[in-house]
Amino acid sequence: MSTSTAKAQLEVQPDPGKHRLNNPGWFLVTPSVALLLLWMVVPLAMTLYFSLMRYNLLDGGEKTFTGLGNFTFFFTDEGFIPGMTNTLLLVGSVLLISVVLGVLIAALLEASEFFGRGIVRVLLISPFFIMPTVGALIFKNLIFHPVSGILAALWRVFGAQPVDWLANYPLLSIIIIVSWQWLPFAILLLMTAMQSLDQEQKEAARLDGAGPVAIFWHLTLPHLARPIAVVVMIETIFLLSVFAEIFTTTNGGPGFASTNLAYLIYNQALVQFDVGMASAGGLIAVVIANIAAIILVRMIGKNLTDQP
Amino acid sequence: MNLTLKQHRRLQSVGLGLLAWVIALVLFFPIFWMVLTSFKTEIDAFATPPQFIFTPTLENYLHIQERSDYFHFAWNSVLISFSATLLCMLIAVPAAYSMAFYETKRTKQTLLWMLSTKMLPPVGVLMPIYLLAKGFGLLDSKLVLIVIYTLINLPIVVWMVYTYFKDIPRDILEAARLDGATLLQEMVRVLLPISKGGLASTLLLSLILCWNEAFWSLNLTSSNAAPLTALIASYSSPEGLFWAKLSAVSTLACAPILIFGWISQKQLVRGLSFGAVK
Repeated sequence: MSTSTAKAQLEVQPDPGKHRLNNPGWFLVTPSVALLLLWMVVPLAMTLYFSLMRYNLLDGGEKTFTGLGNFTFFFTDEGFIPGMTNTLLLVGSVLLISVVLGVLIAALLEASEFFGRGIVRVLLISPFFIMPTVGALIFKNLIFHPVSGILAALWRVFGAQPVDWLANYPLLSIIIIVSWQWLPFAILLLMTAMQSLDQEQKEAARLDGAGPVAIFWHLTLPHLARPIAVVVMIETIFLLSVFAEIFTTTNGGPGFASTNLAYLIYNQALVQFDVGMASAGGLIAVVIANIAAIILVRMIGKNLTDQP
Repeated sequence: MNLTLKQHRRLQSVGLGLLAWVIALVLFFPIFWMVLTSFKTEIDAFATPPQFIFTPTLENYLHIQERSDYFHFAWNSVLISFSATLLCMLIAVPAAYSMAFYETKRTKQTLLWMLSTKMLPPVGVLMPIYLLAKGFGLLDSKLVLIVIYTLINLPIVVWMVYTYFKDIPRDILEAARLDGATLLQEMVRVLLPISKGGLASTLLLSLILCWNEAFWSLNLTSSNAAPLTALIASYSSPEGLFWAKLSAVSTLACAPILIFGWISQKQLVRGLSFGAVK
């Protein structure tokens, strides 16, 4: 279709002004591309350079070449292994929670017409729009607090000893807070995707005697493959860099129990002012993000641009 | 057991609806509780067991300005979010226009590459950006946050506008062009009116992302240029119990974005999924 219109264009408009039609308008794209290139290349090059230097702002800021010393230090830092493990646990659990619960809740909302569905939708989506610092502090003070938090009250109702969530289950607490923020995104996206499912197909399946579970399994779920992939990709980008939620609640502790890679590097950078080590850590974070990116783009990059 | 099929369906529907309501209320509860706490005295806020019935007070709101200099931070948030969003749109719309209407072999690659820049974790460039900002004397300045927010949202904004432009039939633009419209006229007179809705929701999405951003704002500002995210983080210090005040500040800081979000939720899905889900 596009070729035929292009041909028609050529016939209709033979004047010299038409060169714009074939001109890709690269000068309109250039600012965006140039700025993003600058944003990627300059700081990354600097990170690479710093990572090879012994450079601490507290030591008067002298730079001396140290080769891979910073990397050795970073890998052998006592925070490295917990940082890596926590990052993977955090990303993995939140992804799992938001995809599984997201699919189930979205299916529940789409399953039937019920009273106040619009309001339920609005309520479910809301946590996504709350600032990370607000969400984290509300959970810390009003929900998780061992004395007057809501969960403590609930525990007492059932005669159990209230739990000091942030002290005893720091990582789990962070996972709950972050899931609370990201589950709504999955619900919203999957719900929208479900609405585009062919209703006639569903009706036909129902008439052929398929139960709701069979319809969900064989029709809805395959239809959701692409939106689920999108949820996984977008959330991975943000979850790899969870920071404010840890910064405002546990400060990565106790010990390194809730330190992720992002927080560990922040700690090297702006608490200990060790530029070299923070840069080495930063590069490792970039490599990890890239590995995730390559896998994810392979998985769905094609899907994303080839619109049906 | 004498239920007809219709009654059975109806009962099932009521049950599912009830379950949906329960889940929604549980997920919304922290927000509800925050708003409720903002109307309590500090003593009520810390009471054990938590109080659902209490004498409401406007205390926390009335003295918010003198206690936390709220408007200073709110104004920073407004200024930074709007400037970054407008700047971002200004750069992104032409790019999206040219990619949507003059698609070449490289367009898809360019788009995917832009997306891949979002994969760059902020901690990977924390040190250079911090030192650059320090070198230029821009630490704790609004300018540095505006520039960074523009850059980190650029890929999303380009993608979102691109998917809206993609849906506009080319014929309309070609007709305008045949009538002798210049490039600028074509964009302002034809393209903008058609895509008003799409551009507005892109604007909202960008505003929401800027307003809630909390990595760069926490690391690059201290007081002068600090937006609301940083003000609220300052309440995380362990000493003192200011839950009611924290709740009031949080409620005020989140309300506008929550309302924006409710208005534009459908379009936000589209934007955040890079057009893959409509």
